[in-house]
Amino acid sequence: MTELLKTNDLDVEFPTRRGTVRAARSVSLAVGPGEVVGLVGESGAGKSTIGNAIIDLLEAPGRVSAGSILFEGEELCGRSESEMRSIRGDRIGMIFQDPQTSLNPLMTIGAQLIETIEKTCDLRGSSAKTRAVELLEQVGITEALPRLAAYPHQFSGGMRQRVVIALALAGDPDLIIADEPTTALDVSIQAQILDLLKRLCRERDLGVIIVTHDIGVVASIADRVVVMYRGEVVETGDVAQVLGAPRHEYTKSLIAAVPRADGKLDRFSSVDYIEGNVEPFQRIDIQTHWLGQAQHERTSGNAIEVEKLELSFVLQKAIIKRNRKLVRAVADVSFEVKEGETFGLVGESGSGKSTVARLIAGLHRPDAGVIRVNGQDVSSSPRSGAARDARRAVQMIFQDPYSSLNARMRVIDIVAEPIRFYRTASNEAETRKIVGELLDHVGLGAQASLRYPHEFSGGQRQRISIARALASRPRILICDEPTSALDVSVQATILNLLKDLQQELGLTMLFISHDLPVVRQMCDRIAVMRHGSLCEVADAETLFSDPQHEYSRHLLDLMPRMDLLGKAEV
Amino acid sequence: MIFFVLKRLAQSVLVMAIVSAVSFSLFNFVGDPVNNMVGQDATREQRIEIRQQLGLDDPILTQYARFLGNALQGDFGLSYRIKRPVDELILERLPATLELVFVSAIIALVVGITLGIYTGIRRSAWTSRIILSVSLVGVSLPTFIIGIALIYVFAVHLRWLPSSGRSGTMEFGWWKTSLLTIDGWRAIILPAITLSLFQLTLILRLVRAEMLEVMQTDFIKFARARGLSERAINFRHALRNTLVPVITIIGLNIGGLIAFSVITETVFQWPGTGLMFIQAVDFVDVPIMAAYLVFVALLFVLINLVVDILYFVVDPRIRLGN
Repeated sequence: MTELLKTNDLDVEFPTRRGTVRAARSVSLAVGPGEVVGLVGESGAGKSTIGNAIIDLLEAPGRVSAGSILFEGEELCGRSESEMRSIRGDRIGMIFQDPQTSLNPLMTIGAQLIETIEKTCDLRGSSAKTRAVELLEQVGITEALPRLAAYPHQFSGGMRQRVVIALALAGDPDLIIADEPTTALDVSIQAQILDLLKRLCRERDLGVIIVTHDIGVVASIADRVVVMYRGEVVETGDVAQVLGAPRHEYTKSLIAAVPRADGKLDRFSSVDYIEGNVEPFQRIDIQTHWLGQAQHERTSGNAIEVEKLELSFVLQKAIIKRNRKLVRAVADVSFEVKEGETFGLVGESGSGKSTVARLIAGLHRPDAGVIRVNGQDVSSSPRSGAARDARRAVQMIFQDPYSSLNARMRVIDIVAEPIRFYRTASNEAETRKIVGELLDHVGLGAQASLRYPHEFSGGQRQRISIARALASRPRILICDEPTSALDVSVQATILNLLKDLQQELGLTMLFISHDLPVVRQMCDRIAVMRHGSLCEVADAETLFSDPQHEYSRHLLDLMPRMDLLGKAEV
Repeated sequence: MIFFVLKRLAQSVLVMAIVSAVSFSLFNFVGDPVNNMVGQDATREQRIEIRQQLGLDDPILTQYARFLGNALQGDFGLSYRIKRPVDELILERLPATLELVFVSAIIALVVGITLGIYTGIRRSAWTSRIILSVSLVGVSLPTFIIGIALIYVFAVHLRWLPSSGRSGTMEFGWWKTSLLTIDGWRAIILPAITLSLFQLTLILRLVRAEMLEVMQTDFIKFARARGLSERAINFRHALRNTLVPVITIIGLNIGGLIAFSVITETVFQWPGTGLMFIQAVDFVDVPIMAAYLVFVALLFVLINLVVDILYFVVDPRIRLGN
């Protein structure tokens, strides 16, 4: 097979004051025309660096220090900026992760397309405009002509990613490098975008490099896979072979850690190949410890009851009430969560699942309906003492570990805040001791307490969030997409930690996620939400084997095919 | 948008009501107005008569209503010192200040934005570093020192430009302009530079910081990946995205320039409203102070309104709602 692009022993390094960081070490990979190559790895593996190096857009001070990049037989390394500029867009196109930020917010879609077409195709005026319309139609945007005058913020995420793809295709390139093209999108949109990329690849004989951390994406689109670990390629091969019968130890453990949708396992398999990724637990004895003291008798009652919940947000203000534009975020939602169970809430973005969580946590007030926590009505008079006590039992873990911790507070103060606020410890010395033990318990270690959040990785921060939630001795944990910002290997350890805590403390968990395989592994019962209302509430196993609602079936169909990975060991 | 503008107008009216109340209270709290008007040897009967003539015995709300009514018609009474209507005095002085501010704002905008873009794009060039170091001097030196230094160099030492005053004026109705003669320009240059220096530095640094930030965004990276030229990236994509915060600061600062050109006008003996205000303070000339206060507030309110409307023009996300 003739190769479109080939890198030979490519080294990329970032010289810094503290020495040189080698982001990629002798990376060799090849893409042929009409072929999709998946470049897989976890964060820090150097996969995006390779993409950026090919198109010569490495962040300063990064540079290619050795090796070669051959594109259609020509060497790309050492080209001048103006030579590279004539290759970018014209012959190699690039697609970035976040369609929200890839487009200039102050220019119309049309202006951005026409500007790119004028540069890459030497077309002017009305013929450039015609070409812009053609491109939009090719990526599946209907009524393209009037939409040229629209601004990016008037488009949904999936539509924007289509525009980004149209822009990347404008110069009719031979190679497309897609850097996490679907990570920021919903599952249904993800499937559409992947289909589109696959179709374009076949129709135009395009070579595609798809950089991703998501094994599911690779399974559904790639022909060949390159697996990277800490800057090096550990395995290359046909997609069926790499995913079905991986040879390298890292690939094996990475694939084993992917949450399975086809059967329930006891624990998530952790990526044990990664050094230091063992779970260091210095577990405390719950029965005698402070953390266990607030435990009361387990009842068979409901921990959370939600009845006919309603909430609308104002989209457009107006003085006259009926002229206001409202969006119903939550409409007639009723369900109950039994004590000690894990209840999953799934749906796409905008389905209202996070809003329901925030309502229960008391961060929004419902327009109508009742919320009961441990039998206590917390919605009708939220400021009463009883409602406040009931609320203390509900704690939340947020999605983004970077913005959910106060960057100006030390870890000890972050975790101690609830203890100090509720005065659940007798003195400061005891508080410090409890914080140390909590940090130990979540697998961070007490020595973390004097450091600041920015010194920790995403997974470690999520552990801090969990310790903070535990510090109010909750009965109910609300986890809002707790691992969607994390790598597969880190996700596995965090989810295992949550499972362990739930068993030890008999916690009730409301688990919100868009990731169906994760939900299947975590939850006892699952509610499917769409446009603010519930479609279906079912036992987890029933939902996956025999979905009743049409939308549930649709969501299940969209899950990336994992049949390549072989059967799960149940 | 109309809804938005109406809301802003309502807020403006509220601000003006509060400011007018404050400036009205000046009359009652800064000394006794009658004492300020009559000589030391006025008799008790004369004083009472003046009090009644001025309506100072009426209830305070009636007095305030009268003050407001007059103010709305531009009537702020007679200056205690010069014994002429205050509005006339302000109108007479206003062209000088406005022209000074206009020229210095143009200098600050043109030079500030240009250098800001330059230092933002060539951030490690030695020229950028020199510009930034010099600009630091501009911020840290007080205006009057810069003014005096300029006078010393260009007026005293080199004798190229006049050291003070406004000359070469031509009249168009009540507006006296100095921008149509060479003499006028020679006189305005030094004070305009002095007044603009601080704003220029501020704008330069703001534009640079915004440029650096925009340059890090994904859409700039995507524009590069499409092979667009540096010029298109810098000016079409980056510059416009820096404008929203820059407009905010520039708007507020131009208000500041007009209101607080006091120091520059004093150093250069520029016959504008700032100089008039300083003299009014010296002589406790309350009507001028009160009128000036209302005038400055009105200026800020109007400029803010213009800035808000400019956001609509620049940023479609605000313009198109939702």
